[in-house]
Amino acid sequence: MMPRIARILTALASVTLLGLFIAPLWRINLTAPQYPEGLGMQISVSSIHGRSPNDLNNINGLNHYIGMKVITPEAIPELRIIPWIVAGLAASGLAVAVGGKRKLLSAWLVCFALVGAGGLLDFWKWEYDYGHNIDYAHAIIKIPGMSYQPPLMGVKQLLNFTAVSWPDVGGWLAGFAFALGAAAVTAAWWSRKPALAA
Amino acid sequence: MQPSPFARFIRGGAAGLALSVFVSACAPSPKSTTSQGLLAGDAASRVYVAPGSYDEFYSFLSGGFSGQVSVYGLPSGRLLKMIPVFSQFPENGYGYSEETKAMLNTTFGSVPWDDTHHTELSQTDGVPDGRWLFINANNTPRVARIDLRRFETTEILQVPNAAGGHASPFVTPDSKYLVSATRFSVPIPQADVPIESYRQNFKGTLTFITASEPGKMDIAFQIMMPGYDYDLGHAGKGPSDGWFFFTTYNSEQANTKLEVNASQADKDYIAAVNYRKAEQCIAAGKAKSFGGTYAHNYVDPVSQIARSEMKTGVKMLSPADCDGIVFYLPTPKSPHGVDIDPSGEYIVAGGKLATVIPVHSFTKMQKAIADKQFEKTIDGIPVLKYDAVIAGEVQKPGLGPLHTEFDGRGNAYTSMFISSEVVKWKIGTWEVLDRMPVYYSVGHLMIPGGDTRKPWGKYLVALNKITKDRYLPTGPEMARSAQLIDISGDKMKMLLDFPTAGEPHYAQAVPAALLQAGSLKFDKLAENQNPNVATSESGGGITRTGKRIDVKMIAIRSHFAPDNLEGIQLGDTVYFHVTNIEQDWNIGHGFAVFGATTSGIILPPGATRTLKWVPQSIGVYPFYCTDFCSALHQEMQGYARVSPAGSNVPLTANVSKAAKTQGGRLPGAP
Repeated sequence: MMPRIARILTALASVTLLGLFIAPLWRINLTAPQYPEGLGMQISVSSIHGRSPNDLNNINGLNHYIGMKVITPEAIPELRIIPWIVAGLAASGLAVAVGGKRKLLSAWLVCFALVGAGGLLDFWKWEYDYGHNIDYAHAIIKIPGMSYQPPLMGVKQLLNFTAVSWPDVGGWLAGFAFALGAAAVTAAWWSRKPALAA
Repeated sequence: MQPSPFARFIRGGAAGLALSVFVSACAPSPKSTTSQGLLAGDAASRVYVAPGSYDEFYSFLSGGFSGQVSVYGLPSGRLLKMIPVFSQFPENGYGYSEETKAMLNTTFGSVPWDDTHHTELSQTDGVPDGRWLFINANNTPRVARIDLRRFETTEILQVPNAAGGHASPFVTPDSKYLVSATRFSVPIPQADVPIESYRQNFKGTLTFITASEPGKMDIAFQIMMPGYDYDLGHAGKGPSDGWFFFTTYNSEQANTKLEVNASQADKDYIAAVNYRKAEQCIAAGKAKSFGGTYAHNYVDPVSQIARSEMKTGVKMLSPADCDGIVFYLPTPKSPHGVDIDPSGEYIVAGGKLATVIPVHSFTKMQKAIADKQFEKTIDGIPVLKYDAVIAGEVQKPGLGPLHTEFDGRGNAYTSMFISSEVVKWKIGTWEVLDRMPVYYSVGHLMIPGGDTRKPWGKYLVALNKITKDRYLPTGPEMARSAQLIDISGDKMKMLLDFPTAGEPHYAQAVPAALLQAGSLKFDKLAENQNPNVATSESGGGITRTGKRIDVKMIAIRSHFAPDNLEGIQLGDTVYFHVTNIEQDWNIGHGFAVFGATTSGIILPPGATRTLKWVPQSIGVYPFYCTDFCSALHQEMQGYARVSPAGSNVPLTANVSKAAKTQGGRLPGAP
């Protein structure tokens, strides 16, 4: 069975995950010489929206010059699934904390890691698709060999725009929740030793 | 040819810098070069605003005969914007577009020009609050409100029963009232009378305008005054709150050659008006219903379209019927400015031909009224005794005192037109502390907040009337010159010359922080209630109603939709209703059509503007974007085909193939 501290940490990790329903996971900021104020996109579990009310429209407006697809959050199926996955992760975490089974805790953390890795991979693929699936036939500005995939994490120059992509508050919360889960697992296995000795 | 170094030395001041260079080059004089050199370097750094940095102050200069307002940053003297007010402005279509042309309506019809004199910021508790800027029109008396979130004119009220709206538009400390007083007395109501019957038939009026509600300016009441020229005004504040002061000249009541005939009397007057008393008299039913028609134009807050309404009749008060509303304070020689110090106690007059600057005391005035220290009574207006109201006189201030502003540290600064200088003097002791020559012949001067309860006494701007050799010559007509003076120390320091637009009379300024954050970036398309708005690529179209064609069109980087119009016939009148559907900061478009006998229009993001076009002959006419908006701006164009009257070309508004493919990936695309 899990010690009290591991149960608390697991519960905390689960509650922290609920923060993802409030805070965006990721942010992509775009600045250019004529956009000193920048344009920004924020990606949350269920939507993609502009940092300012019109940013997404303005990004789409600019993207028409290079033939990129219009970003329409309603057309992205992941945004309908992710909330359930996060909710499931939080709920199962709470169940593990209540039930107190050490093995289930480890399994939960593995699931958490898989969800995280899967999410990042999916996000990268989404970025790849938008950056590479260009309507070259009708694009106004055509630059052979140029693709417009923003970075997963870090900074990249895309024509006149500098794209900066980092986890937003929700992303950091997810990382923190995972760290709490890992701490819970560590605590649980640590407490096992005296039990063995006895 | 450069003037000789000696001639420049005579002019003194900043020209001394040129001399010091000359001296240092020819006959080194370490003492003078060091001090002057340091001064020059200091002045340059004081006005230098690095690229990308902001000025400390917004200043609003009236445009004089340009009819507009210009906005300059201080201390750099950089022009930030021209705000069209009383004159048509082809640069952006103000006064031409269907949405704005009603702003210029008057009872005389549409008046496309006026002469603006005094900018005045709205106040709360006697301090500029950054809500609105007011400005007057002198020729066809009007007052205008400029919204300082938009930096656009949103309201204009005509002043009836008046001529020469010069003592205008000064506000009360709570912005409840604006005033406007007649510089030119005329028969009121107007009548066909001999000009020589001036004394019998000519009158002046003091007008109080309700100002605190945008879109609802109206004439609160007018006071019928003797037929003098009412020149300038300022509200009391602090202890003198509730009073308004106006200068008058031509108490001689001359009607010809005023330059001589209106300069005979030793003293003219400051009219002190107790407007709270006037309110009481109106409440007591002592005002008469009086005629007078006037236009009220305002931008409808919902549709953003200017509307006009014609109004008739005002409440007219006569001083004889309302005891104690007006008193005359004798003031030497054809006074021009009347300025109230920040404490509200001192009333400073600029007797433009006087050898002193007279300063009246509000406390003494109150006592003189209580003690009935009257010299005489004119048309029911008691004239107070000069000695009973005067607080002091600034002796030998210079020649031609006009206007006074204050630094909030107990000092006053008066402009001297004839001796071409700014004179600093001390309130209370009336001693002259410093003089700064200005180039040339200063009219108004302005300290940010310098006519309010709390001046920001760092800079002074001298608004000069004569330019001559200050800049590279530009033919017989040249820009008026303003000069920026540092008043933060004991001695004034000349910092900068900058040319201005039109002829700035008065100006106002406030710290940038008061306006910067509130400045609107664009109008929200979702809130655009123009009846002819198109909000999406597919929202445009063309309709015919008899001989009227309405085209709804959107502008977005980098196309119009629709952009090919057919079925227009000779004899039609075409209205292009163009909406800039961008929702992005500073992404403007423009619209102009070949052969239109009007201006183009500039479309800020989110706005709809309408251009009227009457085709003169058959053919195909291009229209295009006039504001370089994007990389494909040159491609942003379209065609309107005009067929003969009765032609069977169907009425169509198409989006070209190119625009379709461009728009195909845009939200709301067809």
